[in-house]
Amino acid sequence: MSDAPQEPTSGSELEAGQDAVSAGGRPPLDVIDVRTGQFGASGSGDTSGYGGLVTTVVLPGPTARPYGGWFDEVVDILAEVLEESGTPFDAAVTSVVVDRGELTLNVAREHILAVCRALRDDQDLRFELSLGVSGAHYPHDTGRELHAVYHLVSVTHSHRLRLEVAVADGDAHIPSTVAVYPTHDWHERETWDFFGIEFDGHPALARIEMPDDWPGHPQRKDYPLGGIPVEYKGATVPPPDQRRSYR
Amino acid sequence: MTSSTPGAPRSTGHIVDEDATGIPSFEAAGGDWSEIAEEAARLGEERIVVNMGPQHPSTHGVLRLMLEIDGETVTEARAGIGYLHTGIEKNMEFRTWTQGVTFCTRMDYVAPISSEAAYCLAVEKLLGITDDVPERATVIRVLMLELNRIASHLVCLASGGNELGATTIMTTGFTAREEVLKIFELITGLRMNHAYIRPGGVAQDIPPGALDTIRESLVTIRHYMRQLEDLMLANPILQGRMKGVGYLNLSGCMALGMTGPVLRSAGLPYDVRKSAPYCGYETYDFEIPVADTGDAWGRMVVRIEEIYQSMHLVEQTLDRLQASGPGPVMVADKKIAWPAQLAIGSDGMGNSLDHIREIMGTSMEALIHHFKLVTEGFRVPAGQVFQSVEAPRGELGVHLVSDGGTKPYRAHFRDPSFNNLQAVSVMCEGGLLADVVVAVASLDPVLGGVDR
Amino acid sequence: MGIEEAPSGFLLTTVEDLVGYFRKGSLWPVTFGLACCAIEMMATGASRYDISRFGMEVFRASPRQADLMIVAGRVSQKMAPVVRQVYDQMPEPKWVLSMGVCASSGGMFNNYAIVQGVDHVVPVDIYLPGCPPRPEMLINAILALHEQIQSTPLGVNREEAARAAEAAALAATPTSHMTGLLR
Repeated sequence: MSDAPQEPTSGSELEAGQDAVSAGGRPPLDVIDVRTGQFGASGSGDTSGYGGLVTTVVLPGPTARPYGGWFDEVVDILAEVLEESGTPFDAAVTSVVVDRGELTLNVAREHILAVCRALRDDQDLRFELSLGVSGAHYPHDTGRELHAVYHLVSVTHSHRLRLEVAVADGDAHIPSTVAVYPTHDWHERETWDFFGIEFDGHPALARIEMPDDWPGHPQRKDYPLGGIPVEYKGATVPPPDQRRSYR
Repeated sequence: MTSSTPGAPRSTGHIVDEDATGIPSFEAAGGDWSEIAEEAARLGEERIVVNMGPQHPSTHGVLRLMLEIDGETVTEARAGIGYLHTGIEKNMEFRTWTQGVTFCTRMDYVAPISSEAAYCLAVEKLLGITDDVPERATVIRVLMLELNRIASHLVCLASGGNELGATTIMTTGFTAREEVLKIFELITGLRMNHAYIRPGGVAQDIPPGALDTIRESLVTIRHYMRQLEDLMLANPILQGRMKGVGYLNLSGCMALGMTGPVLRSAGLPYDVRKSAPYCGYETYDFEIPVADTGDAWGRMVVRIEEIYQSMHLVEQTLDRLQASGPGPVMVADKKIAWPAQLAIGSDGMGNSLDHIREIMGTSMEALIHHFKLVTEGFRVPAGQVFQSVEAPRGELGVHLVSDGGTKPYRAHFRDPSFNNLQAVSVMCEGGLLADVVVAVASLDPVLGGVDR
Repeated sequence: MGIEEAPSGFLLTTVEDLVGYFRKGSLWPVTFGLACCAIEMMATGASRYDISRFGMEVFRASPRQADLMIVAGRVSQKMAPVVRQVYDQMPEPKWVLSMGVCASSGGMFNNYAIVQGVDHVVPVDIYLPGCPPRPEMLINAILALHEQIQSTPLGVNREEAARAAEAAALAATPTSHMTGLLR
């Protein structure tokens, strides 16, 4: 009997947050969730068969070179600039994803300021315009639940790119990039308001959309939608997040 | 019942709590302003914080401006938003991809077609069917987008004029806008918040005779535009109030991430339709109007010029629609396309009698297919995209994440007004109190998009 | 002898008619446009669907000078205290018209951020559904409000009417219990 741990081979054996079904050198998958059941009653009384379905939710994983188009050039220039300024590229940019014609750089949070400065200042990169920061919450992707997503535009070169920083739920701190892109002021406030990601170094991190004394962070997945049952003549229908739905 | 009766409604009192100790605060009850001013002068208070509260005739919606003023000069200006926060982004996570259109259309309610287009283009990018959307549907999308741009700029000019006290500009602008709304009603069935652009195409084809109606309306709109130009461009009062007001130069705009007419008034011809074209914009002939003054006057001139450019684009789309003849307006893939080819019936509501006859009378499978498509919706492969369009206010971006299911996992809208409103402080501080109104009007914020 | 002490009868009826006629004659709304319905309200005030024919085109910025609050648009949790404060600042007699489904019942936004009906915050006289209601629908609601104002009882009649309305509301079946309607 082999001593090596058995690698999972089916969807139901994968756990969320686990990388890779290594199948002969293919790039690893980014599993964010494994769901059982797809519609209707759960727990008992399910005669539809939907309850036994297991879905593995996989986002596109790191892409292998060549990336295509101008992506290779930009990544190479960025690597060069970062190495020159003393930031090791592999530590700063943990992975590069090219999907649906878009370039995404997954950046480690300690180096987000350096990466932003390099992207903005280098003349061959020149990503002057930032379209802001927003958040996303992947509750089952343990260790990387909260993502902050930055979208940058280079007006000079007509390039667009996405930076993604992932932090864990209990330690949701990311250095604030307001010093590099002042437009992130309100965007970071909104991301804090809705997700609870704290941006260290932000001049005034306060709630912006919700009332100042609102508890909780509404756009997280564990925050309920908060509706009330809808009253019809002779019936009540539960609010949207509590109805039976396809998952 | 008087206010002294217990349990009777009383007016909300002025809140004085431990946060306000030591700070003199006054509540004006009407007719007592001279007493308040005397009291403030006696206390030696020269700087007053005025709350231009969420309910105000000229804040373009529920925007709260906290202005610290010293005489007539604004020393500090802060914007408070969130009074229209609707939780649309979170609500979209519980609705199918097609139902998401009805939600996102209500964000920027003055330019709903832009939000719909951005969202649907993003969904199509995720599905990978961007090239499969029929040509006719794409041309109709451009037609609707440019008509919406005309209507939105008319609202900006009209309400801007109204806030400066020129009510005729408002009535003229809104009457011109009624022409556009009539076209929208003819094509989509609704004047606002249409939910017309759907993932895969548009909801229904334009009715016969619409092309001629639109051409006639363009003539009427040009007539009203001439009236507006007469009222606005040579008007010495408007020039005096708008020139040099709300100034933001190019480096300020780039730092604050401004896009749209504000950026173009500072001299940079950046337009998403030219730099990252969508919906076939690279095949149309139009220009990007630019001003170099960077003030409210420059923005107004840019918007007027953009209305003319949009009318030129509308004429090009009308020619294309005329030349191409009838065709499908929904993607051919039956697993994604909205099942019924809708048409507005005699009762003004969309239905398609042939389709209903088929699914109710002829084919059970068609009925099941229709049912599943409408209730469950289609599934979109997992991944994330970012799609930008040039909304009338600036660059509207949609960040869409799919987990492979029937509902968006995360939909975030980068609304241009949310971004542009950050410039209020920079524009207003150091200026006069009356210039705050002009500066905010020149930014053209729509609070539905700001607060989402 | 004021209105409150006048006995019901011919005199009070005539006074009610006259007062109702004058009150509905120029009902001044306060600018309370919140969202999409505000744009339709502005369109109603513009020259095509003119509400100036009812004397109502003067949208007063100050609630102290207004009679009618048209709550046009979705009321968020952050805005609700402001709605109440503006309502309280209006002098009697005042009316509230909740325009659109979001103001009437929360509309399509059944979630944490929207108050499910502005009648949770202020008493509403006319509910106008629509998303957004056409200007003609708004004018229809305003005309219905005019009829309501014309026929408002005063004095002792008003107290009786209020008592009767309360009793009827308490005795009515809740909507979710109205079964058996589909036959």
